[in-house]
Amino acid sequence: MENNSNLNRQLSQLYKEQSGKVLATLVRLVGDFELAEEAMHEAFSVAVESWAKKGIPTNPTPWLISTARFKAIDSLRRNKRFSELETDIQQLIHELEEYNQEIGQQEIEDDQLRMIFTCCHPAIAPQIQIPLTLREVCGLSTEEIASAYLVSPSTMAQRIVRGKNKIKQTNIPFVIPQKSELSDRLDGVLSVIYLVFNEGYAASNGDSLLRVDLSNEAIRLARLVLSLLKDSEVMGLLALMLLHESRRYARTDGDGNIILLENQDRNLWQQAYIDEGTALVQQAIASGQVGSYTLQAAIAAVHTQSTNTTDWEQIIALYSLLLQVEPSPVIELNLAVAIAMRDGAKAGLNIIDSILASGKLQEYHKLHSARGELLARSGQITAAIAAFEQALALVKQAPEQRFLVQKLAQLKSQ
Amino acid sequence: MQYMLLIYSDENCWTEDEMQTCFQKSMRISEELSVKGKLISAAPLHSVTTATSLRVKNGKRHITDGPFAETTEQLGGYYIVDVENLDEALEIAASLPPAEKGTVEVRPLFPLPEKSQN
Repeated sequence: MENNSNLNRQLSQLYKEQSGKVLATLVRLVGDFELAEEAMHEAFSVAVESWAKKGIPTNPTPWLISTARFKAIDSLRRNKRFSELETDIQQLIHELEEYNQEIGQQEIEDDQLRMIFTCCHPAIAPQIQIPLTLREVCGLSTEEIASAYLVSPSTMAQRIVRGKNKIKQTNIPFVIPQKSELSDRLDGVLSVIYLVFNEGYAASNGDSLLRVDLSNEAIRLARLVLSLLKDSEVMGLLALMLLHESRRYARTDGDGNIILLENQDRNLWQQAYIDEGTALVQQAIASGQVGSYTLQAAIAAVHTQSTNTTDWEQIIALYSLLLQVEPSPVIELNLAVAIAMRDGAKAGLNIIDSILASGKLQEYHKLHSARGELLARSGQITAAIAAFEQALALVKQAPEQRFLVQKLAQLKSQ
Repeated sequence: MQYMLLIYSDENCWTEDEMQTCFQKSMRISEELSVKGKLISAAPLHSVTTATSLRVKNGKRHITDGPFAETTEQLGGYYIVDVENLDEALEIAASLPPAEKGTVEVRPLFPLPEKSQN
């Protein structure tokens, strides 16, 4: 009995690790998601029986792919739906039967990369790219993804089916993009990963115990992409996520209230993540090609290093670079706050007021709360209260609302 | 696989010169595709002001002057190409001059069975 449950545990672990690989290669071989998935599941059920008797083979991936290949052939032979395309199917069956060479490690890796690029193809809507990637690359079940995004399994299943239909009906190729397109397409993949991470990071309190940890899935996915494609921005993104993740348990209190960086209990920071993230940032910068994720990670790294005093000079330099790479008023706002930390509240306020004067970020609660903070520091309490009230009127998240209410109470009692 | 590239743009945002240049470039692209055996057909359309729309209700024709929907960008032409996959179709779409002024919608053609057996 104990052996049995041990085997089951090993198998479910194996499923999580292997299903993405097995599926990716099968999709290339059979050219069809549904058929590939069906064959993969059949191969796993054969594995359960066979391995219970003979033990798990040392290299299970080729075993699973080969078994699934024969299951796909069986299924093609049985399936009458395809009768009108008889010659194509005969040809495919023939090719699958002839395919007897050992599938090498490199091929398996390339197939995984093809799968990632296919699921994150820009012709597929972002809200479909995300569940499709979690399902087909990470091997999460539709139910797990649905509960992570708080929608019903049937809604999520519909989205995934829509994605698979789009791939099939429009014939989205199962390829690694050419060099000329690679960087654009990789941007798309990285933004999917970062969206998954942020979803997990934002939902880190409350009823999250039963939900799949999306932040960890995003980190796992970024590790996978990095292992397949050594690119500085992949390193940058992985570093950025690790550095955020390192502070997960320090950034809110037991009731889910926000704790600002300077007040966080550093003992709660996870040093292993900080070390790994910082090393990745250095590696990415050393590559000479510094993009937006790397710069954001570098800023996060500076924040985690400082024990008492933050190196604002360096943070200002990094935000200035980031603003060049990716001009955005939100980054301008962050730069303004950093400048206020170095040169005093007045300097920061001037920049924030000029952002407002240009008509940007007027509905952005963080601008008004930063403005309130700087006004308070420069002794303009009435104006600070007005700014915080404006922020409170705009904010939607409950923890931030509580934070602002507290802030206002403090100021009014002064 | 065959795809239809539907070309939408605001008819009124083209100058006479731009129209001519677009026409010449489009002709060249069509020729190149044709030589490679990738062009099924292509044509520009007359202005949307020439459109006539028809619906049949209870056996009765309802004919109206104008396009099926008033939009800021109008259908101005189409290509049907026969290529390997969506990426190749998108590559062609990106090379079309109107892509810079409007939108190219790429739609796969539903493949019909070659010839009925019965």
